[in-house]
Amino acid sequence: MSSRSSRSKSKSSKKEKLLLSKIAEHELVPRAEIVPKDEAKRILKQMNAAPWQIPWIRASDPLVRIIGAKPGDVIRIIRDSPTAGKVIVYRIVVPG
Amino acid sequence: MSASQQVLTEEEVVKCLSRLYNILPRAYVDEIIGKVRGRRLTREQVEKLMLLAVTAYYRTIVDPGEAIGIVTAQSIGEPSTQMVLRSFHYAGLREFSMALGLPRMIEIVDARRKPSRPMMTVYLQGEYAKDGEKALEVAKRIQLVTIENVAKSVDIDYISGTIVIELDPDQLRYWNLTLSDVRKALDRIRGKGAEVKLEGYNIVVTLHEIDPVKLRRVRDKILQTRLAGIKNVKKALAKKEGDEWIIRTEGTNLEAVLTVEGVDHRRTISNDIHEVAEVLGIEAARTVIMRELKRVLDEQGLAVDVRHIMLVADIMTWSGKVKQVGRHGVAGEKESPLARAAFEVTVRNLVEAALRGEVERFRSVIESVIAGKYVPVGTGMVELMMEL
Repeated sequence: MSSRSSRSKSKSSKKEKLLLSKIAEHELVPRAEIVPKDEAKRILKQMNAAPWQIPWIRASDPLVRIIGAKPGDVIRIIRDSPTAGKVIVYRIVVPG
Repeated sequence: MSASQQVLTEEEVVKCLSRLYNILPRAYVDEIIGKVRGRRLTREQVEKLMLLAVTAYYRTIVDPGEAIGIVTAQSIGEPSTQMVLRSFHYAGLREFSMALGLPRMIEIVDARRKPSRPMMTVYLQGEYAKDGEKALEVAKRIQLVTIENVAKSVDIDYISGTIVIELDPDQLRYWNLTLSDVRKALDRIRGKGAEVKLEGYNIVVTLHEIDPVKLRRVRDKILQTRLAGIKNVKKALAKKEGDEWIIRTEGTNLEAVLTVEGVDHRRTISNDIHEVAEVLGIEAARTVIMRELKRVLDEQGLAVDVRHIMLVADIMTWSGKVKQVGRHGVAGEKESPLARAAFEVTVRNLVEAALRGEVERFRSVIESVIAGKYVPVGTGMVELMMEL
C-alpha cells in the first residue's frame, strides 16, 4: 500500500494535493495546529512530561502534512469526544 | 433585597457559567447551560450550582494511580465472554456479509493487516445521494470490472493452443464500456509468447507454444484484466439507508474512492484500520477503532463504557502507528524485560534481554510483583521520605 501511494506522489503532486485537500475535510480528520515552540515547552512543563512521553504522530501522517509540521513540533489536536464534547490533545511529530 | 438575591438575566447566568469551561469538559457545561435556560436563578443559586457541578465532577474523575488498564481489560474482557462464541455471524445485507462478534473484535485489537471482510461505506454528495439511478451510476464507476465480468463464454482449444473469450454485448452496455475500452485494456497486458486479437466480440489468444498449464495461466490473466472501476473493490451496491442513498462495497480502496465524482469525501469510510491510518491519519484510525469496537459490542447487546474503548484506541495509536495489543505490539514491546518474560516465552525473552544487556528498572506492576516490591499502583504510587 505504501509503495503505491509514494509512487503516485512522485507522479503528480497536483493529484496528491487534491487528495490532501479532500482528506482535510473528512469528518474523522480533526482540526490541528502547530504549537509555537515556547508554548509547547510551557505545556510540557505543565504536564510534567518529556517530549517523547506524549503521544506521537508520524511526519508522514496526512494530518501533519496538511498543517506542514516538522519532526520535533508539538501539534494541538482538537478532537471530538463522545464524553467531553471537544477535547484538546497534543501529539509530538516524530520522523517516519 | 440584597444583590445576591436578585434574579439574574439569562445572559448573566450564561456568562457566569461560562467560567466553568476552564474547569469542566465542554459537553458538561453545555448540558448545564441547556438545563438552566428558562429558569429564574439568583446569583447565589448560580454560585451554588457551579460549586455543586465542580464537586460532582471531581468526585467522578479517576484517582491518580488507579489501575485503569486492568479495569479496562476486565470491563471489555468479561462482556466478551458473553458474546455468541465463535459464531461467524453473518448479517444478511443482500449479497453482503460481514464478520461480527468475537472474531471481528479479535481482528480489531490484533490490528490485522487486512480484515477478513474489508468493506467501505461510501456516502454520496448532493443529488447522487437523493437519486437511486445516480447512486447506481457511481456504484458502477467504483466497482471493479474485469474481462471475466463481461465474458459470455470461454473456450480453450488445447490442440491448436488458442483461447476464445466471447464477450457479452449486454454486459458491456451495462457497464458503459465499448469494444475500444476492451482493446485498450488488452493492449496494456500484451506480453510475450502469445498473441491477443479482438475479432468482433471475440477475444482470440494464440499461444506460440502449446502448453496446457501455460494456456490456463494466460486465460486467468486475461480474465482478470481490469476494464474499469477501482482496484480491490470487488462489489459495490447502492442501497437506501434512511433518506439517502449510500454505496456499500466489498473490498476497500479508500484513497481511490475519495476522488471519485459524486462521492462525499467527508464521510466515506473503510473498516480497514491500517488503510484508514495511512489515508486519513492516525487520529482517524483511532476513531475507527473506537467505532468498530463499539459497534461489535452494541450488536451483541453488551454495555461497555466508551472510556474503556477510548483507552484501548489510545494505546493502540500512541506511537503514531496502529499497534496491536498482543505479542508484536503493546505487550511485546514493553520496556521491562521481566514484564515481557512474564507475558510469553519466558526463557527466550530473558535470554534475549540478557544478550542485549537490557536494564530492569522495576517501574511497572508485573516486574515489581516478581521482585516482591510494592507495585506502583494506587497508594503504592507515592514514596515517602522521612526527615530524621
